[in-house]
Parts: sequence; structure tokens; C-alpha cells
Amino acid sequence: MKNIDSNTHVTGTSVYLDDLPILQGTLFAAAYGSPVAHGILHQLELTEALQMPGVVRILTAKDIPGENQIGGIIPDEPLFADHHIHFAGMPLALVVAQSRDAASAAVKKIRAIIDPLEVITNPRIAQAQGALIMPPKSVVHGDTETAWAQCTHIFQGEIDINGQEHLYIETQGAYALPQEHGSLKVYSSTQGPTAVQRTIARVLGIPMHRLEVVVTRLGGGFGGKEDQANTWAALCALAAHVLNKPVKYALHRMEDMAMTGKRHPYMADFKIGLDDALKILAYEVTFFQNAGASADLSPAVLQRTLFHCTNAYYIPNVTATAFSCRTHLPPNTAFRGFGGPQGMYVIEAAIAAAAAGLHIDKTLIQRANLIRTNEAFPYGQLAQSEAIACWDKAVSLYDLDNMRAAIHTFNTEHLLLKKGMAVMPICFGISFTNTLMNNARSLVHIYSDGSVGISTGAVEMGQGVNTKILQVAARTLGIAVERVKINATSTYTVANTSPSAASATADLNGKATWTACKTLLERLLALAAKDLGTAAENLTIENEVVLFNGTPTEWNWLRLVNTAFVQRVSLSENGHYATPSIHYDNETGKGHPFSYHVYGTAIIEVTVDCLRGTYETDSVKVVHDFGISMNPDIDRGQIEGGIVQGIGWMTLEEVIYNQQGRLLSNALSTYKVPDIYAAPKEILIDHLHTDHDNLAIFRSKAVGEPPLMYGIGAWFALRDAILAFHPDAAIPFTAPMTPERVLMALYSKQSAESKPAHEEKVSHLGID
Amino acid sequence: MLRFILNNDDIGTTLPPGMLLLDFIRYHQHLPGTKTGCNEGDCGACTILIGELQNGAMHYSSFTSCLTPLGNVRGKHVVTIEGINLSGSLTAVQSAMHECTATQCGFCTPGFVMSLTGFCLSQKAATLSNAMAAIDGNICRCTGYKSIERAAARVAQILEPRNGTIPAQYAANTHILPDYFINIPDRLQALHSTLEPAQDVAAQPIGGGTDLYVQHHDTLKQKALRFLYDQPALKGIRQEGNTCILGAATTVADLMASPLLQAYFPYLSNYLKKVSSTQIRNMATIAGNFINASPIGDLSIFFLALDTTLVLSDGVKERELPLRQLFKGYKQLNKSPDEFITRLWFYLPSQHTLFNFEKVSKRTHLDIASVNTAISITMQYDIIEDIRIAAGGVGPVPLLLKETARFMTGKLLTESLIREAGFLLQTEVTPISDARGTADYKRLLLSQLFKAHFITLFPQLETAILIR
Repeated sequence: MKNIDSNTHVTGTSVYLDDLPILQGTLFAAAYGSPVAHGILHQLELTEALQMPGVVRILTAKDIPGENQIGGIIPDEPLFADHHIHFAGMPLALVVAQSRDAASAAVKKIRAIIDPLEVITNPRIAQAQGALIMPPKSVVHGDTETAWAQCTHIFQGEIDINGQEHLYIETQGAYALPQEHGSLKVYSSTQGPTAVQRTIARVLGIPMHRLEVVVTRLGGGFGGKEDQANTWAALCALAAHVLNKPVKYALHRMEDMAMTGKRHPYMADFKIGLDDALKILAYEVTFFQNAGASADLSPAVLQRTLFHCTNAYYIPNVTATAFSCRTHLPPNTAFRGFGGPQGMYVIEAAIAAAAAGLHIDKTLIQRANLIRTNEAFPYGQLAQSEAIACWDKAVSLYDLDNMRAAIHTFNTEHLLLKKGMAVMPICFGISFTNTLMNNARSLVHIYSDGSVGISTGAVEMGQGVNTKILQVAARTLGIAVERVKINATSTYTVANTSPSAASATADLNGKATWTACKTLLERLLALAAKDLGTAAENLTIENEVVLFNGTPTEWNWLRLVNTAFVQRVSLSENGHYATPSIHYDNETGKGHPFSYHVYGTAIIEVTVDCLRGTYETDSVKVVHDFGISMNPDIDRGQIEGGIVQGIGWMTLEEVIYNQQGRLLSNALSTYKVPDIYAAPKEILIDHLHTDHDNLAIFRSKAVGEPPLMYGIGAWFALRDAILAFHPDAAIPFTAPMTPERVLMALYSKQSAESKPAHEEKVSHLGID
Repeated sequence: MLRFILNNDDIGTTLPPGMLLLDFIRYHQHLPGTKTGCNEGDCGACTILIGELQNGAMHYSSFTSCLTPLGNVRGKHVVTIEGINLSGSLTAVQSAMHECTATQCGFCTPGFVMSLTGFCLSQKAATLSNAMAAIDGNICRCTGYKSIERAAARVAQILEPRNGTIPAQYAANTHILPDYFINIPDRLQALHSTLEPAQDVAAQPIGGGTDLYVQHHDTLKQKALRFLYDQPALKGIRQEGNTCILGAATTVADLMASPLLQAYFPYLSNYLKKVSSTQIRNMATIAGNFINASPIGDLSIFFLALDTTLVLSDGVKERELPLRQLFKGYKQLNKSPDEFITRLWFYLPSQHTLFNFEKVSKRTHLDIASVNTAISITMQYDIIEDIRIAAGGVGPVPLLLKETARFMTGKLLTESLIREAGFLLQTEVTPISDARGTADYKRLLLSQLFKAHFITLFPQLETAILIR
């Protein structure tokens, strides 16, 4: 089944925030962001801006009736800076004017007098100065200290991973409309309507029930609108509340890029120990997460980094420590993978360092350590593993040996072109790492004409969740998909929702919908059962016809609905689902935080132009653990899209701040995401069929985030190709692997004395 | 009154001609299908088609409406996604996108549909690679492009039976466009008779707008502008004896399509494919690239190596200026503010002259160069008779590397000469570190691309020695 929005998308008739018809009297807002990353605000000069034509009002911190606070997990983020400025782009004032142009022209006339303070952009420096978002977190499994003695080979190294701009093509924005009784209706381009509602309630000092937050769809989110949509919605709501006028703000791309956080850059130190059979016995890793100026979602992101620090491998002794470091960058935030990708890059780098030190192929170590069913992850959960099944199927299906031989031949025959290859296994846990968020509700109405309307907390942002929910309802009720409509997400219909994130939206909202539909169906079939003189258990419905032990009866969907209506039986149901059997103890760092894991293996092949340092991705060949996909079209799209986004993160996309904390890559001309030519020439996807039961909706495993991490393989494939040209090349574990890094590595000096410092740390302590 | 046709409607507006077409479409005509993505021509979400009547036939090209001033659509047919929608069914392009699941969040989708529709209306051969080239200026963040590629393949397939049929006619008959397109040529013809000529006032000249609107879109909206893009006197590519003469408003797309240039530069399309995107190539003019004075202007580098001469006019008198003398310093030009380029000319390469253009950017396509360079080298047997090397991104202006050229002239072309010249080259450049790369990288890259010129042009050279 195609995405239900497909027709309106291709005709340009889908409605996004900036497409909503404008109500008469609507005012337009634009934020003035701090030009300085760290400092004390002395004075804000607004006079000139206020005199600009069309300007209605300029709001600052003192106009906030409630609390000047939007921090979700930790209350450490003011909406407006009123004294201490923590990042460049931090809102200091909001201009409200009669037009967009007037608002942005006035913003340019605002002057802030700021006493600058020292700017820190490097998380290691922040950590050394004790600038942490929260106390360090760790996951400990076994005992690394004693395990080192059993290791015959030990390697250490340093990692530096850059961030990633979400680059949803629709920028952030909101439109707030005053309603009667001091209420507000707020259209927001958000993944988390409840978070927006909660934030506005706090800023305005009014109860949540006065805030209807409505989301039709997003033009992309990827995590960037999970928490960071709150700012813009709160600003619009504040202005609408104060002025009693509709207020809209859809950000300009450069405002969006400069003022919002991104995927967290990480630095890390690793130490890995193996025995002679290539079993990894011990792994010690310290992460320095660059959280930016405030907590945002960083604590949760950090938790997932720890959960995924061993990727798809079983390691008996692990000590993983993570520091969430406070720097003067915009608060970094959720991005597809949510800290998992960074943790997985580091273990892959550690394995690559070990393979290089041992002069063996990296895949030998990878394959030897894949996690097996009933082996424990460092956080205590036992694996129901498909890691080996995916790996082995990929190796045989795509004939890895033959690929390797062909690459070898190619490299022998070409001087200036070299191919490289990497195998990238993934393992990703599904559920919010914060257990209490794993719940959802679905409000299902059957109307008297037999049509069905469904409201859930899910936000459609291209991932196809509404299509899957519609499928769940039609399948459960046994009716045609045309009878079902999914409504815009609203805090007035479904309350206290979790954001659409963590790959879990279809599972949670799909199961809530299934629960509601099942209850409704039981209620309806009871009517037919009474008439047929049988028990409801003997009745089912298929293609809108009620079956008695498999045989059609005279009852159909419309008769069921009509009978219920005239007999005053409720045709509405609110289904609730809370993921069972998950738990996690923050104190001990142990538990069963995930409802299940998604596995997969990708083989990535690249070709490097060794004269120019440019490269192409030839192919990505995947065996992916779908469970049983309920929508192969949508799932394939998620995998292809995730792979290319992951490759972008690892190779092309470079978030560049200068030492003053100002973003240099602040537009699409300086921040490059993959275009059609940067996508792999070939992406092959094969299904791993599994019969195990799982907690996914209709056993169709979550597919949003996991495939992004296949992209990590591109970094290692490029490394492989560089080494084919220059076997002693100095290749620091720094991501992304841009054409610049590739060329510098291709022509790096060979000898040890010229290697960068972090490479010196790779010590081979093997006892032969 | 500025008149044009928007979809099926005749438009007459007194809004400032410097206003952006995107704003006009979305906020004045309330056609929200055209999306605002990046405001600088780099994402293609705002792609529309612009049709011009040329010798009685319509020619449609894709433009990014976020950089197109209203003044550049005078007397033309502007087509948004609303203007191609059929009642009751999808167009062939839309069906292909739908069938191939080539839309996820949908925000970039109208842009892709318009670019592919533009491909259907172009004379380009119905191949997958041409269909993909048509969407090289459209960014999608969701799909990973593979499904869009499958849709593009399907579109190419639909066009295959076209043979010699006029594209617009074929499109109208195959559910690619609605019927009203058939009457557009007549309507434009009628419109042209009522067109008030653009006022040729002493105002800021503007070409395609692809640089100026990125830099100054706030101020340009209200400014008096002199629109040069459509002036017939500034168009055209022609040969006179052994010179090639180009109108200043010749676009990059015009260069690519020129049979004359293709004959003299067999790899022209390979070079120019790396210059921005289809949409921007349809809009960007040669003179605009020169006058923007970017140290990494691709066309500046290309034409520097050809020792191009410019003809400047202040409206009264003309003067010639070699392109190499145009750039005084960073964004400083050797011309008075009221002078603009009317045309340019260069000597067509002789049969002993070889030419090559190299460009490396972070992303291979649709990106600004880290370093670009062009070379024109005339050989007399194995001796270098004449050589010009231009390089961008390695100094404050587009550079002509004169010392290196002087050193090589008259010498036997050998691997060791190239290696020696490569050292000299480094003394002529002063790259800085910025978002496009560190200074060290740019030096290494220039040295590599310098070698690439010779490896490309002289396959008999020993590559292994050169890259050592």
C-alpha cells in the first residue's frame, strides 16, 4: 500500500504549516538571536527597530507571564536570554510586525550590548573544566580491569565525530491563534505536540487544557522537531497571548540553521582487548558528548550511546563512561539514531584499529564477536539475536568473497582509482530509553455511515506512520482502507502523548489503535452473535462480511454499525497501549529497556579517485531484519533514506563552528547533504524472515532509525580504499570523511613521526 | 504594468519587479504548492517552469523561483505545480512518482515533479541519465533518491515513443500536461503585442539573479533594477572567423547546448555539469558570474584560460577589457559602476590547442568549488608553445598563473617539467582556510588538479611518476 498522502504530495496539495490560510489580522514574528556565543547581556537597544514601519511590538524576557523556561528533561534553558547568554543565536527578543518583511527588517535594527565571556566549543575542554550537563553516566558489565590481563592484544585510540544538521526541507515554525476563554490554538511543525503544549503552558502560566496544539504533517523532522519545535511555538504563543492576535513565524533557512541544535558531535577514547581467537574480551570507552548550551534531550541521547556502545557484538567486560559536556553551541538534540550511531562508530573504529594492528581483515574480528541469542548486552538485557543470521546471509547472498576478489583485481589494474569495502552490522534497540514514555492512545470513532475516523498521538513526517495505523485499523476491523481516515494530531483529541520518535511511533500508536479496534469489533460482533444465537468468539469479519466459523452470514459491516447505532451502543473507543515487560534501573545501569532489537548487515563498496580525493558509493547491499514487514514499500523507503542520510553524516556533511561559536556552515551553499549523484549507485535490500514473536505491531519491526547506521560502513569503506592506494596512510578516526580528509590521507606522510598524536596512542601490546 | 501568464491566468501586476517570484506565487497568488526551502537556489523545492516563445514555439526551462525576480518573467508563461495538475487524475510524472513510492514527507516533491515535467518539455533525449540530470538541483532528505531514480526511469520510458514530436505537443497528448498548454503560444503572442517595454533606466543591472538574490534579497525587492537577462542584444553565441563571440546574458545552459562550443570543447558538458544545477544553469549568466567576482567562479576560471576579452558599455560608449584585468582585488572590479558587460570574445582553440577544466567541491555536484582550474595549452610537437593556467579558490580573485606558464612555455613537456612547475605553482597562490577547506588542503588539491590536467590531456605521460 502506498503512503496515504502520496496523491496530495505529488500534486502539491498537502498542507504544511506555511501553507495554512492566513487569518485576517495575523501578525508575523521574527527572533533576534544573540550575535555572541557566551556573554552577559547588558542592554538591548530596541528603539530604532520599534520605529520601523509595520512593527507592532518587540517582546523580551520581561514580557513572559509564566516561567522563562523551556528545558524538558532539565530546567536549564530560558526561552529568552535575559542576562547570561549561552550560545550564538539564543533568542534575546521577538519582533512582531504586520508582515514577514517588516519583522525581519526590524530584527536587523536591534543592537545588543554584551560583555563577551570565554567561548568553549570543544567537549573535552568543557569536561576538563567541569562544565557538565549532569553527572557522568556509565554502563559496566563484567570487570575490564581484570580482563586486560587475559587479552593478548590491546589497542587504544581517539575519536572525533562531527555533528549533523537535520535539514528537514520544511523549516521550523508555528502559528498561534487566540481563542475564547484565554485559550490558544497552536499549529506547530513539531514531532511532539504534548511537549509544545507543556512548554507553552509553563511559559504563559496557564493550564494545559487551554492549549490545543495541532499538527497535520511535517516536511521532515528526523529528530530536529522533537524538542526544538518548542521554542518557536512558545514564541508565537507568547506573542499571540500578549497581543491577542494570531501570530505566525516560519523560520528562514539561515535562522533555522543558526538557532537550532543538531546531531551531537562526540569525542571519545577507546581501549579494546582481544585474545588470540580474536574474541573481544574487554572494551573500555569514554564518550565526551558535545551537548551544547543546555540539556535539551542530551541526557537521553547519552543513555542510548551507552546502550549501543557495543553495537551488535557480545563483549563480556565493558566499562563505558559518558560525559554530557556543556559548550557554547546551540543545544544539540535528537537526530535519527539518537546517540546510537556515535556509540557504534566508536566500536567499529576500535575494531578497525585492532585489525590494522593485527594485519588482518576487519571482518574476521566482527564476525567472531557477533552477539548470540541469550548473551547479555552490557545493560543486562538478553539478546534475541539475528546478528549472525543477517551477517551470514549477506555474506553468502552477495558473495562477499567474490566482491573482495573483484575489488582486489580492480585495484591491481588501476593506479588512480581504488575501491574499498566494509561490512557494517547493526543492532538497534526499540523503545524510548525513558521507560515511562512507552505508551500511546488511539481514539477511534465509527460514524453511523460506517466510515472510521482515527486520532492518535503520532505525527506524520514522511515515515508513513499514518499509513501503517490506517492499515492496522482496516485489517483489525476487516474493512476497506477507503473507510478509514487518519486525523490531524491534536492535543484536544489525544492527550499526554510521547513524541513521534525512537522508531516506536507505529508500534505504540498502532497497538493502541489495534486495541481500540479490537474492543469495538468485539462490541459489534456481540450484536450479530445475539441475533445469530451464537457466541461472539465464533464470529470474525473479513472484507466487511461477518463470518460464522469461516462461513459468510447475512451480517456485514454496515449492518453491524447501523444496529449498534440504533441500539445506542457506543461506536467510539479510546485504546491505550503501554509496552509490557520493559524496565530499567538508572542506579544500577541494568534492566530490560527495549521491547526488541532490530538487526541487519550491510556491505558497502566505494571507489576513490586517488588523484582528486573524490569518491562515489558504488553499492550498499543489505540483509535487514524486518520481522514481517506490514508495508514493504514504506519500509524500503525508510531503509534507502536512512542509508543515504547515514552516508551523508559519515562522508559529506560537516557542521562547522568557528572558535567564537558561530556557525560557518549556515546555509545550503556551505552545508552539503547528499544529492542524487551522491546516493549509492545501487542499494539492494533483502529481508531476513524470522518466525519469532516480538512486540512489534503485527510483528513488523520498527524501521525508522536502524538503517541510518549502515551508513557508518561508508567511512570504513573509504578508509579501506585509501589504504589500497597508500598502505601506510595516516587516517585519524575523524568523521566525516570529506574529500578533503580523503585527499589529505591519500598523500599523508608515511613514517610514524609525522602521524598525528592520536595515532601514536594506537599501541600494539600483543604478546607473541 | 508587468504582464505574464501564470498557469492558466493572465497576470498584470504593479508590484515591484524586483520582488521574488516565489513570494508572488505563494503570498500574493496563494498557490502554496511551490515550497520555500532554502531561499538560495540550493534545494529546488521552489522549482517552477518558465516558458518562452521562441520562433513561434514554446521553450520551457526549470527555474528556482526563490531567486527569480518578477522582472525576469515579463511576457512569459510561469508554471507552478497547480498549473500542471489534471482534474481527476495524476499526470504521467505524478503517477510515476506515486507508483515508485518516490515521496515521503512530500515537501520537496512538487519541486521534483516540476523538474521532471521540465525534462518532458525539453528536447533532451529520453534517457535515464538525462532524467536524473533534470533533478540534479532538487534535494530530498527522506527518500535517499533511489525511489525518485526509479520514477525518473519510468518518466524516460514514457517519453521514449516521442521520436520527433514536439515535446509540448507530445506532453499534452500523453497526460503530462493539461490541455490549456496548447493555447499558450497564441496567448503569449497576443500578450507580447501589449507589452510595455522594460524601462531602460540608470539602475542596478541584474542578470539571472542567482548570485545577487542570494546576497541581497532583502534590498533588491524595493530597488530600481535594470533587467538584462532577456535583452536580445545580450544573447547568442556565434563564430566570426577564428573568434567566438558570446552575449553577456548567455546562460550556462546556453553554453552547454551550443553546437559551436561542443565542437571545439568535446568534454564541455562534463565540465559544465559540475557548475551548479539544471535550474541555476538555466538562469545564471556568464557576465553575472564574472561581475560577482567570486574567487571561485567556475566561468571566470573557464574563460580566463581562454584569454577572453570583455566588451563593456556605460550605455554610451564601449571599451574592451581583457578578463584577466577585470579583477583588482577581492570583489573589486576594474570598471565603473555604470558599466556593464555586453559581450565577450575569445579565439577558438586551434587544432594544436588542448583544453581541460577541473573542479573539486565537497559534494561533486551542485556545490561551490574548493578549488577549480582550467588550462589551455598549445603544443608544437612535444614543445609547449603557449600555455594558460587559471585557478580559483587559491587567492582573493580568480587567478591566472603567469609565472608557472612562463616557466613552461617553450619547454619540452615531460613528467619532470610538470613536477617542477607544480612547485612553482605554489608560490603564485595564497589560499585561506574557510568552509570549503583548509589552506593546506587547497594547496594540495591545486597541485593534484594541475597534474590532472596533464594526465587527462596527455595519456602518454607516465602517471606513476607524476603522482609520486
